[in-house]
Amino acid sequence: MNNILDLLQERILILDGAMGTMIQRYKLEEKDFRNEELKDHPINLKGNNDLLSVTRPDVIKEIHAQYFEAGADIIETNTFGSTWIAQEDYKLENWVYKINYESAKIAKEVADAFTKKEPHKPRFVAGSMGPTNRLASMSPDVNDPGYRAITFDQLKEAFGEQAKALLDGGADILLVETITDTLNSKAALMAIDEIAEDRGTRIPIMVSGTITDASGRILSGQNTEAFLISISHLDLLSVGLNCALGARELKPYLQTLSTKSDFNISAHPNAGLPNEFGEYDETPEDMVGQIKEFLDEGLINIVGGCCGTTPDHIKAIADLASKYQPRDKEHTV
Amino acid sequence: MSLHPDYKGKYEYKWQKNNPMKLSGLEPLIVTPELNFINVGERTNVTGSRKFLRLIKEESYEEALEIARNQVEGGAQIIDVNMDEGMLDGAECMTKFLNLMAAEPDIARIPVMIDSSKWEIIEAGLKCTQGKSVVNSISLKVGEEEFIRQAKLIKQYGAAVIVMAFDEDGQADNYDRRVEIVKRSYELMVGPKINFKPEDIIFDLNIFPVATGMEEHRLNALDFFRATRWVRENLPAAHVSGGVSNVSFSFRGNNAVREAMHSAFLYHAIGEGMDMGIVNPAMLEVYDDIPKDLLEHVEDVLLDRRDDATERLMEFAESVKGTGKTEKKNDEWRSLPVEKRIEHALVKGIVEFIDEDTEEARQKLPRPLHVIEGPLMDGMNVVGDLFGEGKMFLPQVVKSARVMKKAVAYLTPFLEAEKSEGDAMNAGTVLLATVKGDVHDIGKNIVGVVMACNNYEIVDMGVMVPNEKILEKAREIGADIIGLSGLITPSLDEMVDFAKLLEKEEEKYPLLIGGATTSRIHTAVKIDPEYSGPVVHVLDASRSVPVAGDLLSGKKDAFVSSIKSEYQEAREKHAGRTKVKNYIPFAQAQANHIKLNWENTKIQKPNFIGTKTFIDYSLEEIRQYIDWSPFFQTWMLKGRFPKILEDKVIGKEATNLYNDANKMLDEIILNGSIKANAIIGIFPANNTNGDDIQLKGENGEELTTFHFLRQQGKKGSGLANNSLADFIAPADSGLQDYIGCFAVTAGIGIEPILEKYEKDHDDYNSIMVKAIADRLAEAFAELMHEKVRKEIWGYASDENFENEDLISEKYKGIRPAPGYPACPDHTEKPIIWDLMNVEAETGIKLTESNAMYPASSVSGFYFANPESKYFGLGKIEKDQVENYAKRKGMSLEEAEKWLAPNLNYN
Repeated sequence: MNNILDLLQERILILDGAMGTMIQRYKLEEKDFRNEELKDHPINLKGNNDLLSVTRPDVIKEIHAQYFEAGADIIETNTFGSTWIAQEDYKLENWVYKINYESAKIAKEVADAFTKKEPHKPRFVAGSMGPTNRLASMSPDVNDPGYRAITFDQLKEAFGEQAKALLDGGADILLVETITDTLNSKAALMAIDEIAEDRGTRIPIMVSGTITDASGRILSGQNTEAFLISISHLDLLSVGLNCALGARELKPYLQTLSTKSDFNISAHPNAGLPNEFGEYDETPEDMVGQIKEFLDEGLINIVGGCCGTTPDHIKAIADLASKYQPRDKEHTV
Repeated sequence: MSLHPDYKGKYEYKWQKNNPMKLSGLEPLIVTPELNFINVGERTNVTGSRKFLRLIKEESYEEALEIARNQVEGGAQIIDVNMDEGMLDGAECMTKFLNLMAAEPDIARIPVMIDSSKWEIIEAGLKCTQGKSVVNSISLKVGEEEFIRQAKLIKQYGAAVIVMAFDEDGQADNYDRRVEIVKRSYELMVGPKINFKPEDIIFDLNIFPVATGMEEHRLNALDFFRATRWVRENLPAAHVSGGVSNVSFSFRGNNAVREAMHSAFLYHAIGEGMDMGIVNPAMLEVYDDIPKDLLEHVEDVLLDRRDDATERLMEFAESVKGTGKTEKKNDEWRSLPVEKRIEHALVKGIVEFIDEDTEEARQKLPRPLHVIEGPLMDGMNVVGDLFGEGKMFLPQVVKSARVMKKAVAYLTPFLEAEKSEGDAMNAGTVLLATVKGDVHDIGKNIVGVVMACNNYEIVDMGVMVPNEKILEKAREIGADIIGLSGLITPSLDEMVDFAKLLEKEEEKYPLLIGGATTSRIHTAVKIDPEYSGPVVHVLDASRSVPVAGDLLSGKKDAFVSSIKSEYQEAREKHAGRTKVKNYIPFAQAQANHIKLNWENTKIQKPNFIGTKTFIDYSLEEIRQYIDWSPFFQTWMLKGRFPKILEDKVIGKEATNLYNDANKMLDEIILNGSIKANAIIGIFPANNTNGDDIQLKGENGEELTTFHFLRQQGKKGSGLANNSLADFIAPADSGLQDYIGCFAVTAGIGIEPILEKYEKDHDDYNSIMVKAIADRLAEAFAELMHEKVRKEIWGYASDENFENEDLISEKYKGIRPAPGYPACPDHTEKPIIWDLMNVEAETGIKLTESNAMYPASSVSGFYFANPESKYFGLGKIEKDQVENYAKRKGMSLEEAEKWLAPNLNYN
């Protein structure tokens, strides 16, 4: 694991693409989301994609392998919604450790197989930690702006549970991503820092925020630079942006991060913006055309895809990125 | 010189190699040395503000938030929140208040300082701030182990911290103890056990009261200054802060002394390197404004310069008791002779004392008239000179004029009582008016102000003034010059008619022509030939003064004949050029329309058909769409926003202007004094005959027809003769296409505001309101267009642009306005008005010239076709005008009148 920092000096690392888009292709049914233990679970489980790591590990492993084939150096575990907060809707709070652990474990198996096959290109597993569906600094009730649906302590506890399981399962990196509320991510960072201290290890952390509108702010109102300042108290492997916008719209905010931060910079945008049917129809060629601008300007160290991206997108991105030097941290700031 | 014996001079930052401290609310605060001093707002503190305590106790959180908001608006860069009060559940109040603050973007903008002596309250605060806050405070008082635990937690929460000079043995109360504790704290903090970033450490070095009468307190301030210097010289990147009001504790009830003491204390502390502080700006005198004797007594105490310093200050304090801060500004100029004071007031635009100064001058001089001819004119000449030299800018000059007007208003009753022979003292009387049918007057008002500054008496008749009235007034007042203004094209004809009227009446008034659509060439070709008297086109306000000067000087005849021959020459050149440019027959132009591929065009059905009215739309939202660059053009400051704010020459003035504008916008929004209304409509439509667009209702019934004009100049190969009608699918394509139209205003309710300012002779604010309303109207049009594209019509639901992109029109589709280059005919407006019942729905009226009233309004068409683009119609020939008149059902003469500027024939 020590060599990921060295690798980042050498080249641009490729992150995988969307999990959900790929799972859709398998046309899975309710039964695919259940196993022996869950056969009488009272809640409909179809759509709880994270659970597939336990019930259909073959599918998830196949998707991971496709992304590695396409050229990804880092794949994300299938755990975007695997905190008790998000799993509460499915009454699967007690399954959280297992989902995260199994997800990391199967991802690591695939990664190790590829590393063994191609030792010159080691593969890594990033434990994906999504934002949960509740925000710590915004009220869901417009008539009661002081109300909070979740507290910092609850979030810290939930993220701590998730992070431990991901690390136990073999995740090399933790990826706190799609951040819509900086306070949520600060709770996650604190939880991770406490684990690192308890275990006496260093945990590489990637942080990735989500700019939700054209004003360049995340949902909880911070602009890009304020967001960066608010999460810079830990020594991060990278900071970046993902989701919500396509590559074109993301660029000005990546420029901000790139000039203001001395962490590595990551970007995993969506395949454009969704069309009127909620589908992402930006082709790999379209997307690469835009990512090329990031590369031409030397903005990034890690690049991949978010919603709507497929192994074809990642392959196109990887092919292009291989022709570029990574962003030089020393010359920014 | 430093107050610390080991160092020299004012402290200069020496830790450039370290990172600056970076804090954040919704926006960043980066504490660079250039910021010099960070002002922490301290009114949201239950221990410091009785009012805040009461509000929290009563759970009046709304009002408590107002206090926070005032702090931010008052310039606080960080907001301190303290809930340490025995009767309160501190942690709960902290959580509640910070959560509420987080929901107010204008407050949450800046970082929070979580202020408590109780750790559990601090931790509660840290758990609800998404930005990087400052903890105030921790110290070694709790012992090393607990100190380390707290510091580490603060680091994990991602905050900066104030560390107090306090340890297990108590609070540091002299220089050596401060240095000892601070050094130990710093080493622990940056050492391996905590690893705190040094730039995130701020030391509170304990500000204690002075002049308490106790011998051991004599060095309280001086020790603080010296310890501050030591920290800044020896502890890399660390900061120094403190609560300033403590120092004057002995003088409670004597604000004059307290304010002087605070500012003298800060002056010296900042000189030694203090770079952050909790200060009540209302309790702060400007250092340079502290009376010299008071300052001396205060500094004797602060710097321990005399053994009897305290007694002397106490004694002196009695004599200044009860004054306090009455005049916060530098008012040394108030001691100058009255003439100089008037000059100063005029140059600086200060109205505050002008009545009393004018009165003083009136008593001093034999006649009231002499006040105007003497000091006021002298002062305005200085203003005029500075403006001419480019050392003053229009917004300042407008403020000067306001002072002048106030002074003259003050003198008027005296002048009238004296029944003096009157106005021989001015350079001339200028009559200004915006012509009939036109409501635009910002430019005219600016001309008035600039000329008034140059000694002209201005009689301004306002807007929509019929020609006969103008002449009548000119005769009544014996005008020396008449200035006409207009913005829309029909006003050009009014001006021609006015010239004809003067000629018929055998008048000789020099006529100045100005306004956005006027031009030198139009004046030369259309107006000048109609009038044997002098006619001069004036490009902008600054040109008006020299032109008027020439017209009224001994050189008048020479000037007039040179202008006349200049215009003659221009006419000849113009006639020559008209012949050179080639025009093609209308039928040929029609055939050369842009060829859009309708077969492969898929037209998206709008999400909505019909009209939608928006009443009292959120100005806050509209404001986000403002394009500021034209605003500065209005004020004759040239440059692009936001770069103009940093311009070496005009940046400062532009910034002032921008701040004033935003302040006024804030007020307008807060008071709801201006309302913005809009109506938009989307209708099924097809191009029926090449140049007309027929609109239908939802059930296919005919609604109305829009008529467009086609470029008629000879085009190069591959270039089309454009008409807006080409962007709508022809009926025979079988496609159902759509067209939209709109009218927006941001001027409802502006009159009372203008009246108020005009009554107060406040041209500056009156022009400002209009300029702002104009910007809002444009912004509103931009906003509605976006809403139409993305939602209501919805053909570009996926677009996502920054305001910058909107300004540069990167989006698909256009919104051309009748009266502008692509469709210059204003008479399409009444068609839009009838179609959507615009006046009843929005309150926007059309004048007889089809100008919109309120003036801050925009109307036009929406074209959605991605190929649609703006173009200029240029000149057209009679064959098209005949065709157009027929299509519109108007006489040829009438069509020619409306299209006059576009006719390629006379």
